[in-house]
Amino acid sequence: MIPLSAYTAVSAVLFIIGLMGVLVRRNFIIVLLSVEIMMNAANINLVAFSHYLESMAGQLVALFIIAIAAGEAAVGLAIIIVVFRGKISTNVDEMNLLKW
Amino acid sequence: MVGVFFTYFALVSIAAGVLTVTLRHPVHCALSLLVLLMHVSGLFILLNAEFLWAVQVIVYVGAILVLYLFVLMLMNLKTDERYFHQSALYVLGPAILGASYVLYNLLRSPFDGAKGDTPAAAVLQDGDTYAVGIKMFSDHLLQFEIVGIFLLGAVIGAIVLAKTPKQLDTERERS
Repeated sequence: MIPLSAYTAVSAVLFIIGLMGVLVRRNFIIVLLSVEIMMNAANINLVAFSHYLESMAGQLVALFIIAIAAGEAAVGLAIIIVVFRGKISTNVDEMNLLKW
Repeated sequence: MVGVFFTYFALVSIAAGVLTVTLRHPVHCALSLLVLLMHVSGLFILLNAEFLWAVQVIVYVGAILVLYLFVLMLMNLKTDERYFHQSALYVLGPAILGASYVLYNLLRSPFDGAKGDTPAAAVLQDGDTYAVGIKMFSDHLLQFEIVGIFLLGAVIGAIVLAKTPKQLDTERERS
């Protein structure tokens, strides 16, 4: 029997990796991929607690998170296409169009 | 046996996560994210969540990741020479320190709480899909509807954002 803390440890490590990706990488698409890593870490946590605490609610929230990740990917990639069409590179440092 | 599988899935998913963040070429990053997603779905199988496994493979790998790869190949990105942020080294040290502190606390804590109403035996009897469906369409119907509206909004927003502005102008001139 694997202890619950093993699953939470994997989830925490993956979350930190995703957070580092968001903070460190300069390509906007890689930043979005890192956000997906963070959402997966949250999903592991939810499903593990749902299994060990014998409640179905965690799996449902994980399902909703997957749906929200799909929406986030669609809108984020649309924003990337708009930005890329305006001859701005996908570097997050050079996207300062909305900076006041 | 379960321990072997858990170790394999956990180690490979963490390694794939590190590769996703550190690889230079964006397509390679997306492909290592594919490895990560498949191994996370393996962790779901170990937790008796077959329905989430299927959703993870179909929605995440089949839809979201293909969308990312499609956009990556559409834009034909050049790889930058300096692909990390300038302040990467300043973030790395505190992050590793904080992460190891959190991990230390996580591995020590017992994690116990009030048990819910669906033990593993009940899930195994009718299957995970049945249990998720019953729960979703009874107690969580409102959240389900909200997610449906959200997805509709996201689809419309993506279409409006990605539309070419030239077409809009010509349509205005015509009318």
